[in-house]
This record gives sequence, C-alpha cells and structure tokens, in this order.
Amino acid sequence: MSVTEIRFAGFGGQGVIMMATVIGKAACIFENGYSTMTQAFGPEARGGAASAQVVLSDQPVLYPYVTEPNILVVMAQEAYTKFSPEVRSDGILIVETDLVRVTTAVKPGVRVYGVPATRLAEQLGKKMVLNIVMTGFFTAVTGLLAAESVRNAVLDSVPAHSKDLNLRAFEAGFAYGQKVLEGSVTDLATV
Amino acid sequence: MSELVSLHENPTEQFLRTDRMPHIWCPGCGIGTTVNCFTRALLDSNANLDKVSVVSGIGCSGRVAGYLNLDSFHTTHGRAIPFATGLKLARPDLDVVVYSGDGDLFAIGGNHFIHAARRNVDIKVICVNNLVYAMTGGQTAPTTPGDALTSTSPYGTFEPSFNLPQLAEAAGAVYVARWTTYHVRQLAKSMFEMFNKKGFAFIEVLSPCPTLYQRRNKMGDGMETLRQYKELSKRKDGASTSEVGLTRDGEIVVGKFVDRDRPDYATLMKAHYQHTMGDKYVETGAIICQ
Amino acid sequence: MTVHADPKGVLTGTHFIDGDHACCEGALAAGARFASGYPITPSTEVVERFAARIPSVGGVFIQMEDELAASIALQGAVWGGAKAFTVTSGPGFSLMMEHIGYALMTETPCVFVDVQRGGPSTGLPTMPAQGDMMQCRWGSHGDYEVIALAPNSPQECFDLTIRAFNLAEKYRLPVMFMMDECVGHMTEKVVIPPADQIEITPRRLTKQAPDEFLGYKADEDLVPDIAKAGDGYRFHVTGLTHNEKGYPSMTVKTQDKLIHRLQDKILQNADDISINEEVDLDAADVVVVAYGITSRVAMKAIQMVRDSGQKLGNRKLRIGMFRLITPWPFPDKKIRALAGRIRGFVVPELNLGQMSREVERASGGLAKTIAVTHAGGTVHSPEEIAEAILEAAR
Repeated sequence: MSVTEIRFAGFGGQGVIMMATVIGKAACIFENGYSTMTQAFGPEARGGAASAQVVLSDQPVLYPYVTEPNILVVMAQEAYTKFSPEVRSDGILIVETDLVRVTTAVKPGVRVYGVPATRLAEQLGKKMVLNIVMTGFFTAVTGLLAAESVRNAVLDSVPAHSKDLNLRAFEAGFAYGQKVLEGSVTDLATV
Repeated sequence: MSELVSLHENPTEQFLRTDRMPHIWCPGCGIGTTVNCFTRALLDSNANLDKVSVVSGIGCSGRVAGYLNLDSFHTTHGRAIPFATGLKLARPDLDVVVYSGDGDLFAIGGNHFIHAARRNVDIKVICVNNLVYAMTGGQTAPTTPGDALTSTSPYGTFEPSFNLPQLAEAAGAVYVARWTTYHVRQLAKSMFEMFNKKGFAFIEVLSPCPTLYQRRNKMGDGMETLRQYKELSKRKDGASTSEVGLTRDGEIVVGKFVDRDRPDYATLMKAHYQHTMGDKYVETGAIICQ
Repeated sequence: MTVHADPKGVLTGTHFIDGDHACCEGALAAGARFASGYPITPSTEVVERFAARIPSVGGVFIQMEDELAASIALQGAVWGGAKAFTVTSGPGFSLMMEHIGYALMTETPCVFVDVQRGGPSTGLPTMPAQGDMMQCRWGSHGDYEVIALAPNSPQECFDLTIRAFNLAEKYRLPVMFMMDECVGHMTEKVVIPPADQIEITPRRLTKQAPDEFLGYKADEDLVPDIAKAGDGYRFHVTGLTHNEKGYPSMTVKTQDKLIHRLQDKILQNADDISINEEVDLDAADVVVVAYGITSRVAMKAIQMVRDSGQKLGNRKLRIGMFRLITPWPFPDKKIRALAGRIRGFVVPELNLGQMSREVERASGGLAKTIAVTHAGGTVHSPEEIAEAILEAAR
C-alpha cells in the first residue's frame, strides 16, 4: 500500500483549497486512486492562514489527516515557518519563490523546488491563477499524477469562462517544472 | 319527523367533531364563542373545507384544533406558527389557520410570530387572549395587564404587557383586528375578511377566563365579563395601533386597525427566483413527494 | 415496496465533494423537497447546498428564526405531503429535542441530520466529536425507540441519507442521521448512480376512504398508514397521548398501548432496519466496535497490529471489526453472540464512553469491554486504539 500525504498552505485568497481539490480529484476521479481532502476550519481559517491536506493512496484512505507530509506546498512565509519542520526527510518541499524565502535548515534529503508562480500568473494577465500555476508545477516536479489527469481535474473544477486561462496557467507551471527538473532553471530561493 | 329534527341541528355542527364533545372548556369561557364565529366565517366564505387546515399550539385555545372537523394539528407549545409556515409553503393550495392563545403565541412563540409576520407568510392567526395562562392554572402572561392577580403574581403584576395589534402591525401583518367575545357578529365578519386576505393576518379576541382571571380579580363571572366588554369597548376602525393598549379596567378599543397589501412570502419567492434564475427556476406549487 | 428516485433530484455522476454536500445530494435523491434550517457549524453546508439546488429542482428551503422553528416547520411540510428534513449540530440539536419527540409521538416521517462537534454547550464548533450518540437516543423526554445511522465517508453520507429517508417513510418516525465534523468536512469521491438505480420508499398513504380511515390504527408491521392534509380525511394530529383515531385519550390504557407500539414497531423490525459492517469476525479474538470517522481510524489501528505480527499463544492474533452503521436500534443480539466467543471488545469513540456502555450491557459480562475514550477535537491516534486491542487480547 502506498500512501502520499500532501499539505498545501498559504494565506486566504490564494486558492489553496482549490489546489488541494484539483489534486484530490485528479487522483480519485481521473486516475484509479483514492484521495481524501480535509481543510483547516475554524477561526484560524477566517484570518490570514489557509491550509488543506490531501491523502492519496492506492487503497481506500483510512486515517484522514496529514501527520507527516511527503509533500509540502507553501505559498506564504508564515505557512513555511509553521509547516516545514513536518516534512519527511525523504519528502518534497515546493515553494512560491517570491513569497517564501527558505530560511531555516530543512531536513537533509528533502528536495526543494521553487517557482515564481505569482510572476508567471501575472504574465498570463491574472495574478489570481497562481494556484493553478503552482498546480502545474507540482504535477511536473512530483510526477505523482499524470499531467492529463490533473489537467482534466483543473477543467472540471474552474468556471466555464476561465477554463482557457486556467489551462494556460497549468501549462506555464508545468513547463517551468520540467525546466527545473532538466536543470535549466537555477534561480531557486534555497539557502 | 326528520324535518323537525333537522330544524334543531346547529348549523355549525358540520364543522365540529361532535364525537369529541363535551369539550374541556369551563362554563363562561369565551373560546367556544370564538369557534362559533369561526364556523360562521367558514360557512360564509364557501371555503372548500377539505382544503382548510387548523394548527394550534398548547393551552386551552390550543385545543380548538381538536374540536374542528378539519385537518387539524395540535402541535407543541409556541410552535403552531412555524408548523403552519412549513405546511403552507409545501401546500400553497391550503388555507392554513393558526388558532391559539396569548401565552402560546406571544411568550414562548413570540419570536415565531414576529418572523412569520415579517416574512408575510400567507397564514391566518387567531389569538384568543384571556390574559393568563389558563391551562396551567392562571399564571402571568405577557398580555396580563398591570396590577392583576395571577397565581404567579399573588401581589399583582407589575410587568408591562404587550399591545398585540401594535406588535403585529410593526412586525408586518397585512390585516390586524381586535374584538371581544361580546362582538360575535363583528368577529365572524372579521374572520371572513381575513380568509380573503393574502398574507399574514391577525385577529386578537379578548375572551374571559372566569375560572382563573375574572374570579381571582373579583371581576365576576362570564356573563358579567361580557357586560364589561359591552360597556368598556369602543369601536375605532383604523385606530393607530399605538393607542390601543389594554389596561386592567380601562377602555377596550376594538375594530379593524390594519388592512394593507404587500406581497406574501410565496409570491416574493417565486418572483425573486424567476428574476434571478430565469428558466432554471422550477416553480414549486404543491410539493407532494413520492 | 419501493419506486425509483425522481431524476429531477439526482445529480448522477462522479463527484469530489464533502460529506455535508453529499448528504444534501442524498436528501435530494431521496425526494426531499423541503428543508427548514438554522445556520450552525459544521452542518450549514448541507442546507447551503440545498438552498442553491432546490429552486432548480422544485421545492422550498426556508431559513427559520431558530432551531425550534426549523425542527417543526419541516413537520408541517411533511403533513402537507412533502419529504422534508433539517440539519444541525450540537447546540441546535439540543433545541430540537422537543420536536424530535413530537415527530416520534405523531409518527411524522422525516430526517434530522446532526453533524456532531465537540460539546457540551458551544464546545468546539469546528472540530469533530461523537458526543450526541446518547442524546439522539434519549434526548427527548419519555420512552421511545429511534433509528440512527452513522456514515463514515462522504459516499455513505449520500447512500445512507437515502436510507434514512426510506426508513423514515417505512416506519414513520424521525430518523437521526449522525454525522461528525470530520466526515462532514472531508472531501472524497462520491458516485451518484442514475435515478433508476436508486430505490425510494414512498409515503405509506392510506388507500382507505375518509370515513373508514383511522389515522393511528397500525398495520401488521405496527405502523399506521398516513393521510396528508387537503385530501378530505379531516384527520387530527396531536402530541398528546391519542387513540387510533388520533384523538387525545389520556388514559393509562391508551398510553400503555401507544407507547409500546411506538417501541415495538422498531424493536420487532430491527432486523430489517439494522445494517452493520462485519469484518473478519469469524474467528476473532478481539472485536473493535466503532462508527463514523472513528471506524476508519480503528481500521488503521487493526492493520497496524496485524502488520506488527502480534501473536496469541503460537498463532497470530485475530482482530475483527463490527462497524455500527445503525447504532440505534442497538444490535444487542449480534454483540451478545460475539461476546460469547471472543476475549474482548474495544470501543473507540469521540466521547467519554457512550456506545461502549451499550456494548458492555449487551455483552452481559461474557467478554470484557475496553472503551477508548476521547473528548473530541480531532480523531484518535491509531496507536491508542492499537494498544487497547493488545490489552483486550491479554
């Protein structure tokens, strides 16, 4: 049985929950996996911080929460500070490089990938789609899910009038991720 | 012989569950008089009685539902109005009448009263106001006027009481009237008018509770109370409801105070959904499910 | 007798939605066309979705002024002929108790959804608990039996909501749908089948003529047929003790007959009502009894113990799971039978021991019962349940 725990974190309005929804949906509807998404509710969810958790598995998910994420995706410094110590030593940390400076020492063995998603989204004309840029980037660097599945999940999750824009956002993030993997991008904000 | 027998039949009998008689109300109580007026109004309105539902709460007046030969619901204390709201919204084809007492409608049920009036749900509310909680033994109600003796105010009441017509008008009722059980013809006519009014309509009927209010306050029996009603009441149709508050021994302003039109809840709901949703809106009508 | 679901309310397809939304879809598929609610975390999403969906399905949602109003308005709609429900959480559930009693006494078919959060009082509005399990059984005054269902996934929130409505119609009572915050706010795949694959129990409307009809004369299954308002039956409904005609009859004899029938209609039909999940019970040494979200955490604990190769004597320790999908009526006979052949029960729940008392009672001292309690706010750690399993095996 293979279980992958993922946490997405940032601040309100960045579309953190949408990212989790897209990944969760891609796994269980557009692939044959299982996924469970939970969100942090409550007063803390009204303020700045926002986070969502997804557990992916090839078997039905039993325990619904993330305790030790295999993958952490952060789009705010505060979220980075709070959650980065949780990541498993063989895990992956994905950051928005304009919003997060990787300051403290992450566990050795954690692979760190950065993407200037806000800037890429702005280049597409709408800063709002930074979450889908991040999603595309996530898809490329983790290789966890087929790009086609995530693309379909994006299309299934956004309003009809913004499908095209979101698709372009996904492709921009995905392409950037591929470049990072190839080593042709080196401006990561790692320490 | 059969003609002779039919002459003795009470015309209101068809509206009553005669198999439930005798009723529980005390001699001199006014609730039965209001029921008589109600049946008269039903008779005059030519309503299809199969489509009339009566909903009551708890208390002496709450027993009205059980004696009327209609679809009838004796609900929980104070909650006749929200029950009636659900019934009416599911079945716009029904005439839904709430028949209950002052304690039930305005103490425990007060919140529901003002909200149903605000929404202008198309239900008819008849409040038999005997100024006390009668079923439980004559305790202070939110309608008990100043310095009356009750079982829970043995030294007299001092709490200010509600002016029910003013409350009803302020909350949004489209029809507001007050009568006493002395005014049987006027009451029957008012009930008839109320039937033809779309929206939240309210009638307050002042009624004696000789056992627990009049006797305790040395105000005589049921007949004596009717005499007082006759002497103290003054008809002022269209009177400002702010000026019709009741006192223990003072003037009783009766009449029709409010008769106005504003769209009822179901009309607003339909118009709003048609406006915002266009063709996607499925008009409900009666929602009778499998 | 069942019919197919009305396709208007069935959102056939594969969805990625949370338990609250799935519950709403279950209600719509079951034919609910009226909901009266009052906002309360973590249940509000159910009626929010209903409010969004119902104008294009055909029906009514009304947000009432409080939970007392919400819990009786739906009963007015039911007597008008609609299928109706309300949704709440702890504090609101407390306020609804009188109307649960009214629905039981008047045999009003309807569904009460309680998405449980930490209590008592305002407690933990956004966090899970399972502390209302006894309240849903005993919370209204007087003696009665209820039916309660406890889903453990969004898919079950859909499937079992339909079952809740069907049982409500078949046995004419308010069915308690006992979710928890975790299941309510958890998003997973939910498959909604085509309408013609969803079985719906229609209302048992009387076929008798108005002059023959007795509103509370029971059939062989101890349940009376029903009339709806406006059809000329001129029936009476009261929360007072009533005779077969529905008239108040406050005598010892009437009370005895009525209250026993209300109880017996559930107990005598318990085998039809009750479904529970049984996993590896056959030769089990230890049986975990759990429900709702806790059943999933418990299953993880069972896997952990199995993976660790725990032995009993010189063979592997055998652990089974009895999942209460229908906590009420409680499966006394099943638990008693298990108790006679196992070492012990482990009962984890997000309360300080509610259903564990039932397990202990039903097992009649034949096996030990270890309650794994939790005051709520999150779920158990699988480790604490695993420890209790080992303790039960000793």
